Amino acid sequence: MNNPVTTAAPVGRLIQEFHKLPGIGPKSAQRLTYYLLRAPVEEARSLAQAILDMKERVVLCSICQNVTDSDPCLICRRGDRDGGQICVVEEPLDILALERTGEYKGRYHVLHGVISPLSGIGPEALKVKELLARLRDGLVREVIMATNPNLEGEATAMYLQRLIAPLGIKVTRLARGLPVGGDLEYADEMTLARALQGRQEV
Amino acid sequence: MLRGILLGEADRILTLYSPWRGKVRAVARGVRRPTSRLGGHVEPLIHGSYLLARGQELDVVTQGETIHSFPRLRDDLGSIGGGLYAAELIYHSTSEGVENYPLFRLLLDTLMRLDGEGSVELALRYFELHLLGHLGYRPQLGRCVACQGALPPTVNFFTASGGGVLCPSCHPPESSVRRLSLNALKTLRFFQEKDWAQASRLKVSPPLMAEIKGALREFILYHLERELKSTLFMDLVGGHGSAASGATVLRPAHGR
Repeated sequence: MNNPVTTAAPVGRLIQEFHKLPGIGPKSAQRLTYYLLRAPVEEARSLAQAILDMKERVVLCSICQNVTDSDPCLICRRGDRDGGQICVVEEPLDILALERTGEYKGRYHVLHGVISPLSGIGPEALKVKELLARLRDGLVREVIMATNPNLEGEATAMYLQRLIAPLGIKVTRLARGLPVGGDLEYADEMTLARALQGRQEV
Repeated sequence: MLRGILLGEADRILTLYSPWRGKVRAVARGVRRPTSRLGGHVEPLIHGSYLLARGQELDVVTQGETIHSFPRLRDDLGSIGGGLYAAELIYHSTSEGVENYPLFRLLLDTLMRLDGEGSVELALRYFELHLLGHLGYRPQLGRCVACQGALPPTVNFFTASGGGVLCPSCHPPESSVRRLSLNALKTLRFFQEKDWAQASRLKVSPPLMAEIKGALREFILYHLERELKSTLFMDLVGGHGSAASGATVLRPAHGR
């Protein structure tokens, strides 16, 4: 981004730093910077501290690989969660989505990505080893594949299924079908076919 | 649909390969939301019909409909790997807006073959050889590329930089040129000359398939001047364990 000479150097630098963030264009970066310039110094300090705390205090849970500030994480520590079920997700944000449903009482495992043949991302870049290590103690009955229902997510689920099946553990996949509020007319063939296959008696 | 790159919160930049406009890039908005009308139609390896609105920098996909989704291809790791490999080859070997209908047809046919019962490896070798032909890099398999003499029925040599096969007398003694067995040469010729109906009936033993695979991969890498990322995945999931071993043996030749 061009940094006009009329801007003071620290201001220009902050604009550039904001501009690096996803979804922040040059104008938004300027607006945020000038907001902070006029804001009380405590507000700026509190923001800076929050960013540092987040980077310094947050670690990956040694069990489920979720981001946490206390290891093991809250979900892994809770006694009322079923240790016999592990739900495998791509990203920590997926846990939030699943937790909002309130339906799931098992534990999670975060892969931190997905096998992406076209980007050259293989299983060694994901938390696959950690998942397999968790399955060795024989307490896990079921692994639920909750990767995204796209080609890469499916390929990852299939690959993991291939690794886990020999251990004699049940591997399930989240159902794929029609979204609530969607329109049948616009559904693609794959989704409709899956929805038909997975239909349920009402 | 060759590939999609994430853009912003819910958008994707798609790369499509079309019959009349060649490679086209376009934005599909909101396709990562569950209620997107377009989402399921713009997955990689979908044969679809899309309506593009001309945009300032990129075209925008306004409507889309699947023609073929290749469901059986999607249920098998080896076929997914093969399909993505084919898509990546097309992606890197073509330029935007350059029409090449035979290439489009070849890709579509290959995806249909991968969606069928036949051998993934066979379909990919056929694809590779004919892709090279459509791109203007058709390997010369009939005569020696140096002396233009007939090739003797023995072990010959395969050279990517020379664009085909070298006979033993033109081959410099201690060079690192790949040896090509007579059977491999015959198989390559057969693939190059015959149509798929005949080629698909060929029974190729795993070691022979590995030799052909190695030779063609070297040839493609030389002309593409880049390593293909999907080959890692293909070798990982291996065409049901049979031909995968050959690929790993051949890899050190290129370094990475």
